[in-house]
Amino acid sequence: MISAEEQIAASRHLATKSGQGVQRFLIGLAVVLTAVMIVAPLAYIFRRAFADGVGPYWAAITTPDTLHAIWLTVIVTIVVVPVNVAFGIAVAWVVARFRFPGRGLLMTLVEIPFSISPIIAGICYLLLYGRRGILGPFLQEHNITILFALPGIILVTMFVTAPFVAREVLPLMLAKGSEQEEAAVTLGAKGWQVFRYVTLPGIRWALLYGAVLCSARAVGEFGGVSVVSGRTRGQTNTLPLQVEQLFNDLNTGVAAFAAASTLTVIAIIALFAKALLQARAPHN
Amino acid sequence: MTTASARIRPKRVLPGFTLSLGTTLLYLTVIILIPIAALVLTGAGIGWERFLRFVTSNSALNAFRVTLVAAGIATLINAFYGLLMAWVLTRYEFRGRVILDGLMDIPFALPTAVAGLALTALFSANGWFGGPLEAAGFQVVYALPGIIIAMAFTSIPFVVRAVQPVLEDLDPAIEEAAKTLGATPWQVFYRVILPAILPAWLGGCTVSMARSLGEFGAVVFIAGNLPGQTEIASLLAFIRIEEDNYAGAAAIALVLLCMALLLLLLSNLFQIRAARYREGGK
Repeated sequence: MISAEEQIAASRHLATKSGQGVQRFLIGLAVVLTAVMIVAPLAYIFRRAFADGVGPYWAAITTPDTLHAIWLTVIVTIVVVPVNVAFGIAVAWVVARFRFPGRGLLMTLVEIPFSISPIIAGICYLLLYGRRGILGPFLQEHNITILFALPGIILVTMFVTAPFVAREVLPLMLAKGSEQEEAAVTLGAKGWQVFRYVTLPGIRWALLYGAVLCSARAVGEFGGVSVVSGRTRGQTNTLPLQVEQLFNDLNTGVAAFAAASTLTVIAIIALFAKALLQARAPHN
Repeated sequence: MTTASARIRPKRVLPGFTLSLGTTLLYLTVIILIPIAALVLTGAGIGWERFLRFVTSNSALNAFRVTLVAAGIATLINAFYGLLMAWVLTRYEFRGRVILDGLMDIPFALPTAVAGLALTALFSANGWFGGPLEAAGFQVVYALPGIIIAMAFTSIPFVVRAVQPVLEDLDPAIEEAAKTLGATPWQVFYRVILPAILPAWLGGCTVSMARSLGEFGAVVFIAGNLPGQTEIASLLAFIRIEEDNYAGAAAIALVLLCMALLLLLLSNLFQIRAARYREGGK
């Protein structure tokens, strides 16, 4: 029985022997294609954001509308991520620890938002809560505003990011099995004690990892939000929507790129956090 | 006695079944299922004739054609690029491998609007790539190639991340055996490695295709959205909303939803095949 690392090392060695030329060509091709397809767009954002120097860059980021968009995006993320962490834990607990009819169906339903385009999610919400949507008359009668306001943005972002935490925590809890938790119950632990002292220490890195992915996605949500937000500057524009409007303004210079650069920095930070957490929770 | 006790289902030892199931079902219903039901109900309320008129109008047919063609080519690009990256990242040891591996996640982490902005600027006449390309008479921005590039970029990680773990799990002894028996490196790849990674590869391609079909953020920046030429399906649905035509938007969204669910089904089938292959190989 050889370990996975040895196996990978062996297969690397095997490949190393087979033609140095082929290897060099393939590595070179991979590096060049990645530089063109991924590194260049990333670098170009910063190149254009700082095209006029640091002063104009800072001025573009600190305009009231862009600052408001940053603030709104932060609010949405702060509300959505904890809710989806709680949902992820609930899904993982019920699916990994119990057998019941419809369990497989439940797992499929949780994954639905991954396969549905965010813009379809936005349209679904519009058809439900919109002025001429199914609940529209009821909402108007009771003066409840959901669409083209913060609640709508939050709800659609919840839809789009719902599976992220569950997808990380569930496989881990399935793999760990329930013996330890059952032992704790037998020894007299209460429900929350079992979760707090037995389950949570084992899944905390996967939980954080899922939360990081969920945050990155929530911050960047565009398609769904663009349907339900109304896209009013300084009011319902999240940062990605603000980037689009600045881009559509003519002669805005660095504004769109400056706003986009803040999103890029967030994405890069998320990737580093992800790499760190993955090293701690090597489950997949 | 034994049969009687066997028939009684074992009492659930762990607590929290009702709470966790209740929370899950409530959230699923309110956030995911009811909104989707609203789409289906609205779609059903349109009536067959109007539905057909909406989805077979010239603009709709054009949008579906552009979307399918662009998504198909983008998926083809990622099928080969993803396979190359998975191979290079698992089989070769070289400086910068970890960085290259990390870069594969950029398209998922980067907001699609940012990707769209970056690609549009890059391929515009005054951009790094657009300048030389336009000088050579090749228009990317506001044309089909731009849509393809945007779709390809946003779905890069799917194929890489699907194939990578399978390649890592592959037992080197099988390849060694094939070599000992006189197979050329190409034969080893074609006859031994490819069959093993095929289900995972196709699965990754399916998900990549699904993502490309629904991609909106990156594409609206670069496509220029010329009616009948570079208007993709999800954009057309968006335009119908702006025109206050909810029924038209619902019809197009329903078609996109059905395509997505079909591809989801297909990718699940590939996943089952991939899992079977991995278990059978051990």
